[in-house]
Amino acid sequence: MKTITCSLTRYAPGAVSGSRPIRNFSIISHVDHGKSTLSDRILELTHAVDPRLMREQYLDSMDLERERGITIKAQNVRVHWRDHVLHLIDTPGHVDFTYEVSRSLAACEGAVLLVDASQGIQAQTLATCYQAIENDLEIVAVLNKIDLPAADPERCATEIERVLGIDSSQILRISAKTGEGVPALLDAVVERVPPPSGSPETPLRALIFDSAYDQYRGVVSSIRVVDGVLRSGSRIRFMQAGSTHEAEEVGIRSPASTPVDQLGAGEVGYLVAGIKDVGRARSGETVTSAERPAPEPLAGYRDPKPMVFCGLFPLDGDELPELRDALEKLKLNDSSFTFEPESSKALGFGFRCGFLGLLHMEIVRERLEREFDLSLIATAPSVAYVAHLTDGSEIHFENPSDMPEASRLDHVDEPMLRATVIVPSDYTGTVMELCQSRRGEMLRMEYLSPERLELVYRIPLAEVVVDFFDQLKSRTKGYASLDYEPAGTQTANLVRVDVLINHVPVDAFSTVVHRAQADSYGRRMTEKLRSLIPRQLFDVPIQAAVGGRVIARETVKAKRKDVLAKCYGGDITRKRKLLERQKEGKKRMKSIGRVEVPQEAFVSALRLDDDR
Amino acid sequence: MPAGPARSPADNRLLTLPDEPAREAGLGGFLDAKPDVFGVYVHVPFCRDHCDYCAFSVAVGQEHLAERYSRAIERELAVWKDRGVPLPADTVYLGGGTPSRLPPRLLAEILGSIPRRPGAEVTMEVNPEDLTDDALAAWVAAGVNRISLGVQATCAHVLAGIGRRQDASAGMQAAGLVSAAGLDSWGVDLIIGSPSETDADLLQAIESLSALEMPPSQVSCYLLTVESRTRLARDWRRHPDEEVLSRRYELADEALAAHGYQWVEISNWARPGGGCRHNLATWSGAEYLGLGPSACSHWAGRRWENERSLRRWLACVEAGGSAVAESEVLEPYQVILERLVLALRTPSGVPRSALAGAIDTYPELAELLDPSGEMLVLNRRGRLLCDAVAGYLDPAALG
Repeated sequence: MKTITCSLTRYAPGAVSGSRPIRNFSIISHVDHGKSTLSDRILELTHAVDPRLMREQYLDSMDLERERGITIKAQNVRVHWRDHVLHLIDTPGHVDFTYEVSRSLAACEGAVLLVDASQGIQAQTLATCYQAIENDLEIVAVLNKIDLPAADPERCATEIERVLGIDSSQILRISAKTGEGVPALLDAVVERVPPPSGSPETPLRALIFDSAYDQYRGVVSSIRVVDGVLRSGSRIRFMQAGSTHEAEEVGIRSPASTPVDQLGAGEVGYLVAGIKDVGRARSGETVTSAERPAPEPLAGYRDPKPMVFCGLFPLDGDELPELRDALEKLKLNDSSFTFEPESSKALGFGFRCGFLGLLHMEIVRERLEREFDLSLIATAPSVAYVAHLTDGSEIHFENPSDMPEASRLDHVDEPMLRATVIVPSDYTGTVMELCQSRRGEMLRMEYLSPERLELVYRIPLAEVVVDFFDQLKSRTKGYASLDYEPAGTQTANLVRVDVLINHVPVDAFSTVVHRAQADSYGRRMTEKLRSLIPRQLFDVPIQAAVGGRVIARETVKAKRKDVLAKCYGGDITRKRKLLERQKEGKKRMKSIGRVEVPQEAFVSALRLDDDR
Repeated sequence: MPAGPARSPADNRLLTLPDEPAREAGLGGFLDAKPDVFGVYVHVPFCRDHCDYCAFSVAVGQEHLAERYSRAIERELAVWKDRGVPLPADTVYLGGGTPSRLPPRLLAEILGSIPRRPGAEVTMEVNPEDLTDDALAAWVAAGVNRISLGVQATCAHVLAGIGRRQDASAGMQAAGLVSAAGLDSWGVDLIIGSPSETDADLLQAIESLSALEMPPSQVSCYLLTVESRTRLARDWRRHPDEEVLSRRYELADEALAAHGYQWVEISNWARPGGGCRHNLATWSGAEYLGLGPSACSHWAGRRWENERSLRRWLACVEAGGSAVAESEVLEPYQVILERLVLALRTPSGVPRSALAGAIDTYPELAELLDPSGEMLVLNRRGRLLCDAVAGYLDPAALG
């Protein structure tokens, strides 16, 4: 939670926006297309932040957000423009958070589509924009960075007109950096975005579209009142969670948190209700009055469901309690990831964690390492499979070690995605090649403009979680953008490849792959491990196997020579110290099938430098 | 580098000597075998050239400091005498560097200052190109009674390959002169396993040495080792191949055995009674005092090492008489570990108990060791894996 001391208080405590008309809007934009800069300009233009306290990317409070140029937690801010109250709702900017995005959009009547005029519209932006249009949001399309020499507003406008059907004459041109065109943009928001509907007389229905944990106040939720009035001190009921609370504090962010007596229909603000865990105030929750509840919650609530899984293990086994502690703390602020204890022969004790997607996984891992100072090993990401057994029963599994024996299997279903790639036409071939090698099936191909096209694939999630995005970026020099959404499951010929060191399977390397890819995965892992495992006193076979059948084999040849030629004077001390260090080092080794494997070998082997 | 007498804190600790010597009593029969002899090692850093493979502390083109160096050795010795090192010495070893670069007069003065028991061994490392009849006579007159001749190789292409600037014929010529001098004991060093060497080159060198009228009583064959920060390290084309090194080692072991040499340590073979007593004592855990830059000492339960650079060592000794750079007191388990590691490198071997636990888990170890009574001794293949085996030694199992 951000705590800012901003002296500016435009409202007497308890005041609502009164008769002043309201406009609720969000900004839909791709990474680096200038959303944070535009937000900064809006805060300045509307005098919402004292110029002395202004800093860049004001609304991105996490270091990670600033560094990666993405928004992880949604923010909202109330500003004034030409006698209107504007609520700017900042949405999370990544494909993993589509549900969170959808809730933020549900709190708005309009959206500013912000597109970098030198790059054109990107896949995720397009997907979010479609989502906004489906929700009947008014789109205000804006081309940003028109001050750049590389800007090509004409082409971009044509593209937007073609893809989204927005008249190119309606598309604004601004430079968020210099501020040029930003007042006109705010005017357009006032003119084009419809005011919120909703009656103050009907029972309260308010939408929670984000919740964050504050160690002093507990959970602080961002909230949009749809119907009725949310009063400070009133008894409220969370319709999905089925819990009752007291509205301890209701307020607005301008952007400093300012308590108010009540929030009326159409208003956006925050709610503190004495909740200790964000999982009990999820995005999409409908808040109503405990005394006079609404008959129906707002539509569109979904329980967050992890899509991507991996094992997280402390590099130093002694740090297990610290890892558990960190996961529990993080969970307070992010209800969408899950974790449960797991033990691995190779990696020791750790946790099996579930995430909304790959970025989410990376963010959680990075926060664990940074904010809690932990060193972690992550296993290769996996997805949720359903195994249908010959006896007619079903087993759900995401840990490859839990995949049932082939003899008991009838078939396995794997989760699928509908993936959209937007790419300059020069890279069509390489993108198609990548998607095909990952078992993608093309659904559609459309030229957005003569230079850019949209490719839509149905592709297994498992193929996307392993290094797909990095490959896409590197093969297209960073020009491709990707969006995806779940698209059911498909039955696939999947097998588990086990990796054995000296005939002992190493659970951390077991992976579920399509049968056609088993050999190449097996070869890659065995080759990699051969180069990583130190030579022993005996030959060490490294095998990849499917069921009982070995599909790849390498041998770490026995050491032939390991001796210092000279042992005089200082050599004696050096030799002894070396041995003492080795004995220390052995504590960091895992013994697998009598083979001493350094922890680093596991870490390197699990690194996703895919060479497919 | 500051030239001042930058003495480390370790030195001050050392100045509080004499301490109680480390207690080694009760460590078992194996450890009681420590020889009751005391050696003196003198490091003579002067060299004409810096060989490409060499990582020793050497001083090229610094011969003008030889006089000061000799005075400082005497001073350093005097300081340690005052602190009670158990002189007279049973063995003296002049190593380098190149001790044969030292003018015989200075050599005589240094040796004259080191009290020795009657019959003490005095070994001197000699560069073949420094060896003449006159020089040899002068060294012997100064007290030297054993020569260790740094032949290294007898073929031009092998010498070039390892980066030693030495005339190809110099080695055997010098060996001939030593052979004729009638010393009871003398040794030759060879560097083997370089990519420029063939099996035939190595066999030829061993044949030639054995064919001398009075062959060396000891032959040392050192597998070419790439030390970091050497010219050799930067030239990977000259780096040795593990398989070649191993084969050359086995070849040398066979050829030397055929000529009556038995291994006395990983890299040393000697005829009966012909080994270097100074080094044999070192490997069995004996104590010694090191003088000169980079010299190491082992006495009174401590090991310490002198300043490496000639100038720094000189400055320290001239200022205070001692130039210790690093020093440590050995814990009892460290004493045992050292003794085991050293013994493993020799035909004495280690007590079976020190490896019994490891052999249970890794039966492969047994294939590298031959039983000899209650001891286990590395066989030929095992010697090449000596350090790997040492990793399994369990000092705690002795007791």
